[in-house]
Amino acid sequence: MEENYDVIVLGTGLTECVLSGLLSVEGKKVLHIDRNDYYGGESASLNLTQLYRRFRSGADAPESFGRDRDYNVDLIPKFMMANEELVRVLTHTDVTRYLEFKQIDGSFVYRDGRISKVPANEMEAVTSPLIGLFEKRRLKKFLEFIQNWKDDDASTHNGVDLDRMQMIEVFKKFGLETGTQDFLGHAMALYTDDEFLHRPARETYDRLILYVSSVARYGKSPYIYPLYGLGELPQGFARLSAIYGGTYMLDKPVSEILYDDEGKFKGIRSGDEKAYAKQVIGDPSYFPGKVKTVGRVVRAICLLQHPIPNTGDINSVQLIIPQKQVNRKNDIYIACVSASHNVCAKDYYLAIVSTIVETEIPEKEILPGLQLLGPITEKFVSVSDINVPLEDGTKDQVFISKSYDASSHFVSIMEDIRDIYKRVTGDELVLKRRPRQEEEQASMAAGQVS
Amino acid sequence: MSAHRNSGAQAAKVFNFKLVLLGESAVGKSSLVVRFVKDQFDDYRESTIGAAFFTQVVPVDDSTSVKFEIWDTAGQERYKSLAPMYYRNAQCAVVVYDITQSASFEKAKTWVKELQRQADPDIVIALVGNKNDLASRRAVTAEECQTYADETGLLFQETSAKTGANVGDLFKAIAKKMPLDSQKQNQRTGRNSSSGPTRPTVDLSGSEAASTGNCAC
Repeated sequence: MEENYDVIVLGTGLTECVLSGLLSVEGKKVLHIDRNDYYGGESASLNLTQLYRRFRSGADAPESFGRDRDYNVDLIPKFMMANEELVRVLTHTDVTRYLEFKQIDGSFVYRDGRISKVPANEMEAVTSPLIGLFEKRRLKKFLEFIQNWKDDDASTHNGVDLDRMQMIEVFKKFGLETGTQDFLGHAMALYTDDEFLHRPARETYDRLILYVSSVARYGKSPYIYPLYGLGELPQGFARLSAIYGGTYMLDKPVSEILYDDEGKFKGIRSGDEKAYAKQVIGDPSYFPGKVKTVGRVVRAICLLQHPIPNTGDINSVQLIIPQKQVNRKNDIYIACVSASHNVCAKDYYLAIVSTIVETEIPEKEILPGLQLLGPITEKFVSVSDINVPLEDGTKDQVFISKSYDASSHFVSIMEDIRDIYKRVTGDELVLKRRPRQEEEQASMAAGQVS
Repeated sequence: MSAHRNSGAQAAKVFNFKLVLLGESAVGKSSLVVRFVKDQFDDYRESTIGAAFFTQVVPVDDSTSVKFEIWDTAGQERYKSLAPMYYRNAQCAVVVYDITQSASFEKAKTWVKELQRQADPDIVIALVGNKNDLASRRAVTAEECQTYADETGLLFQETSAKTGANVGDLFKAIAKKMPLDSQKQNQRTGRNSSSGPTRPTVDLSGSEAASTGNCAC
């Protein structure tokens, strides 16, 4: 490792791996290090041994759970929206080649003590038991308005200015009840708290469109999920980086970050070895002095032997408990996948219940979610800090990613990736389509002839 | 993609298999593949850069062919950083050592153990002693390796990516050992087939064009 690189990347979380892949493809010489002996950092999917090492001090998992290698347990629960930008990054880089995705079977919302399917379109909305009879007409009008909106056609605007009006004003204009606002903002726009109501309406509009267009893409829900767990995503991008010359070192502790006299990043030391680069990208855990904690997330990984009750016995589910339903400020999320996604042994299900911590007893806060799961075979609870960098890296050339937040998709991760990319390279991220494998092989064969 | 399909010209059944390469750095893993796929050799080949994997079709008989999807390590083996994804659904593996480096044969044995631990239990493994054009510098005898291969249930072949000796035979031997039973293949592959009993997987790239029209109502 005693060499000079363009960029050193610390941690193999998704954010770091995507950046590493993009930079390697552009010809940057990248050294990518992780202190763990597995890929993925905080966004890893662990097998049983790794899971018990992390949560049970290395105790053995019960034999009844089945084979170690059948498990790929996500540490953070997320589903990918079919139309979100990360999907484009996957297809443009041809990383999809290494992955296989399945639809998530359904998305549900908890309201007034009942679990109901989130309507996927206005047809479903008008038949949904979630919405009262008179409210249905108003909701239908609102959804039509959202989907017909064209920026350059004032006749579609209904007197609304998406950039100058707050979302609450738009809701009021359509006469939508609080319950419907709640449902639109939390179950469809996927806001985890109510701040969106007082933000420019454009933001909520964009997220509603993302939801609706994602549902339209595959049908059952807006979500897709990679077989073998979310940990496949960082692995896929790490492979992309390696193919373009990126050097990978797992199980490599970082003993020291080295700076020059002006406090600029110079390199890293691992034991007696040193490696040098002009820039470093890394997750917050590698830079404890350069980040601050802005919140905490509590997550309970639950192993079940049955689907989540009242969801129609389907294999994969997102279930949202909007904050108001349980007198909270932040929603409780439940994400459930199963053996059919190759993340656990046959006849098992993995549900992760999570929320932003609001009190001193985080585990109690997720109780409303846990109570919806039925009998829980095993449960692993963790509370993680959400850390963000103190500075943007221009001064010291240290570019730190944000911790994974409580949101249920990858939109905020992709925003962070774009942002870091711009700060590191000075350019906006423009996705260029990489040649697919067939094209690559064909062009190499052609080169041989000439 | 289906597990088998007609290739227009011969109307032969083609079975897809994922093949992974393993072995110490610089034993000639990539060179073997380049020889196999392009019948080419470069004395000063740089460490693997730029190729995710190659595909190559091997005819087995008049009506059947095997299409190998060959994954290279991309150098991730160098610091023990191969991702589990690499082994995932691999149906065959070529474990390479250099006949002039006895340490590389020891390393090959650990890769075989790793495969037995991580990969599909039915995986077909071929042990390959490369660089047999350098016979004068031989440090590992073919007998020793043949014995080990027999005991462990591996195919064994000595090759030279440089001269091309036995490279075609090696892949042909692997092709012959693959289970050419589409039903069985369907059960065993996750990739490139409709896996799982519930529903086929979704194709991200295929549907992108369809969804570019922003509003899909």
